[in-house]
Amino acid sequence: MRKTNWLLLALALVLSMFLVACSGGNDDNAGGNDSGEDTSSEEGGSEEAEGGEPSGEQVLNLIEGSQIPTMDSSHATDAVAFQWLGETMEGLYRLNEEAQPEPAIAEGEPEVSEDGLEWTIKLREDAVWSNGDPVTANDFVFAWQRAIDPETGSEYGPFMMNDVLKNATAINNGEADVEELGVEATGDYELKITLEKEVPYFHSLLTFGTYLPLNEDFVTEQGDDYALTSDNLLYNGPFILEDWDPKANESWKLTKNEDYWDAENVTLETINVNVVKETSTGVNLYENGEIDRAGLSSEFVEKYAGSEDYRTMPEPVLFYLKMNQENEALANADIRKAIAMSIDKQSLVDVILANGSIPSNAAVPEDFVTHPESGEDFRELNGDLITSDKEKAKEHWEKGLEALGTDSVTLRFLGGDSEVAKEMDDYLINQLEENLEGLSLELSSVPFEERIARDEKSDYDIQNSGWGPDYLDASTWLNMWMSDSPYMTMNYNSEKYDSLMQEANNDLLTDLPARFDKMLEAEKVLIEEDTAIAPLYQRSRAYLWRPSVKGVQFNPMGADFTYKHAYIEE
Amino acid sequence: MAKYIFQRLVYMFITLFIIATASFFLMKQLPGSPFKAEEKLSAAQLEILYEKYNLNDPLPIQYLNYLGNLFQGDLGVSFQMNNQPVTEILMSRIPVSAHLGIQAMIIGTIIGMLLGVVAALYSNSIIDYASNIISVIGISIPSFIFAGLLQYYLGVELGILPVAFWGSFAHTIMPTIALAIFPLAISARFVRTELIEVLGSDYIVTARAKGVSNATLMFKHGLRNALIPLVTVMGPMAVSLMTGTLVIEQIFAVPGIGEQFVTSIMTDDFPIIMGTTLFFAFFFILIILVIDILYGIIDPRIRIAGGKD
Repeated sequence: MRKTNWLLLALALVLSMFLVACSGGNDDNAGGNDSGEDTSSEEGGSEEAEGGEPSGEQVLNLIEGSQIPTMDSSHATDAVAFQWLGETMEGLYRLNEEAQPEPAIAEGEPEVSEDGLEWTIKLREDAVWSNGDPVTANDFVFAWQRAIDPETGSEYGPFMMNDVLKNATAINNGEADVEELGVEATGDYELKITLEKEVPYFHSLLTFGTYLPLNEDFVTEQGDDYALTSDNLLYNGPFILEDWDPKANESWKLTKNEDYWDAENVTLETINVNVVKETSTGVNLYENGEIDRAGLSSEFVEKYAGSEDYRTMPEPVLFYLKMNQENEALANADIRKAIAMSIDKQSLVDVILANGSIPSNAAVPEDFVTHPESGEDFRELNGDLITSDKEKAKEHWEKGLEALGTDSVTLRFLGGDSEVAKEMDDYLINQLEENLEGLSLELSSVPFEERIARDEKSDYDIQNSGWGPDYLDASTWLNMWMSDSPYMTMNYNSEKYDSLMQEANNDLLTDLPARFDKMLEAEKVLIEEDTAIAPLYQRSRAYLWRPSVKGVQFNPMGADFTYKHAYIEE
Repeated sequence: MAKYIFQRLVYMFITLFIIATASFFLMKQLPGSPFKAEEKLSAAQLEILYEKYNLNDPLPIQYLNYLGNLFQGDLGVSFQMNNQPVTEILMSRIPVSAHLGIQAMIIGTIIGMLLGVVAALYSNSIIDYASNIISVIGISIPSFIFAGLLQYYLGVELGILPVAFWGSFAHTIMPTIALAIFPLAISARFVRTELIEVLGSDYIVTARAKGVSNATLMFKHGLRNALIPLVTVMGPMAVSLMTGTLVIEQIFAVPGIGEQFVTSIMTDDFPIIMGTTLFFAFFFILIILVIDILYGIIDPRIRIAGGKD
């Protein structure tokens, strides 16, 4: 046990109180928009399988930052739901350690027609639901139709399926019948999927929670009670959920599913999960040996950095400044470049965040997608596109001011209202005003929902913003900067960028390496030439992780972790 | 008395109705929507969802629908926790918070009263000063600081109590202590001040002259009169316990109603916001009623003034 200065502890508590009070619920969209604030949460990173042998009791004790809001895959929208759906249910494919889809309920790789529109997938015949029913092609047809049916009121259904599955958009708009959805059971164990257009990332989309199967008889029989508690659910994944009743409890338990088709490769017997929202409580529980992983916020990092249990794991979540070109000054590329270059990003991640986050110098994060032929990381291929450089920033600034014919610029800066967000915004404003003479920034710190509302109305000059991916493809980071994107609120309008992305999204869909190159080129235009956004950092999470826990897999999208191959080595 | 209570109950329902109305319209002013994927969905997709969940109706219609359901005792189902009935959520969460709150209230006031009595008896002695210091600390330091310190020292360093979670009596001890500090400090202060004044009054001197024993004097004549101001502050104290539980439940990971309330506001979960707001309002009004009735029992003068029958 460590001796702690109790005053420091008290201070840390006060700080974490504010954090928790201001940031709840912002941070947990699976593929969701990020809050632009770095919040502490109970997720950590991954561990590679390390060729050890399981020994001791195969029980994993975890904490989660919030309750599972729903276990109904048609209604799931957040990271916690997708996490535990991913452990207890299984779709056609699941992501492996290299973040590539591998067959799960599907028996092998899909057969894809030449135009890429028709996918035929054979299902394994030994997969069963926890009531003994076999998992059949109809379970997928039923689940997907349910997710897109406007009567269901699903959020992620239309988000994940519109413009992907044939007729999905029309059905969701009420213009077509659900039976017309592009998915059909051509046999008990054969599924035929028809796409609206070619979707290069469709294979990885099939690993996502919204595409999980549902047992039609069971779901229909349960009606409104379906998924209300762990007893109103059926499972076909590596684990079975028990004692989950979000009305009354803040804990649940997973036990190994002996009927799972791949049960022989599942080692863990039990996973106990409790909801703990306070970072300091999690740390205390970890110190007491009651849990095997605890997320750390920056005030705890100093204490634990260097310990054997301390780990950081970069996430594919980027933060950047959005610059609204409706503003005359920000319409000038030199002014934007000056802003992007004048911030010392290294100090930002080292001092303010202190959780292993890394400076970001582009629009696509590290370790997210690799070149389809060479396997090289997107980030490695394009390198740093804009870096901190105060001298150059000053040159651009003066050039920009000259073009504008003024010597001072005042901009409205829109930021978040959590403690960390405020601290970060203060730092950014301080850096910008100090390095760029004549610049003054007016900060408004507003709650997350208000920031989104102002974003939609383009009611800002500069905004501290963030983004998490929706699917495994570089376009999830690049499409939103096209001039006709629904997320384009900063009035960036580059014909060159638009046409590059148009090509990548249409003509090059059948030539994936060329498409990848096109997107590399587009990113250069976006950041190096136009500096439409000022990249800040790629987030990491810091956590304490029991060294005896091995084989937990970390995923760049969908469920954060996979415990299927995890084990304890005492 | 019965008529008085009936009258108060009628007022109570009017107040509740006003609160329900005000919070309904205020809540609708919150930015954002209950849809988590809001930023990612297109306007057309959002429109379909609004339609499906009747959020597109004009506000007055939504309000009337809501009231209609409310009078039938139906609080609706949660948006975030898909389809979970709000009434059941409240019913399973309230007992947990009530358990903590009642325990803290009882322990806080009893120990506080004892502390106050001792301080008054030995006023301006070292005991009085010590009790004073405890009160000042209890009033000025927020309960979550105590919670954090308790958790670290009793839970981690000494390992004698569970760090967090809910289940056994042992789990309730630390949250109760953390919550009890504030009522303890307040009651100690009030009882001391009032008792010193009462003990100096003429009727006490008379009673003492008549040879009433010290204990009778203190509890029958002294304390009873000193309690009036304490009863007055018990209402606000109970309310501060309610807000205290919001934080304490979070620190000790207790599945109570306070924690649920905060979450629902953060996520625009309208049905749960309304359900918890109404519950808290109802609870507060009830406390005020109980205190008014208690006044009558403790001080007959108020009883006469309150009800004519």
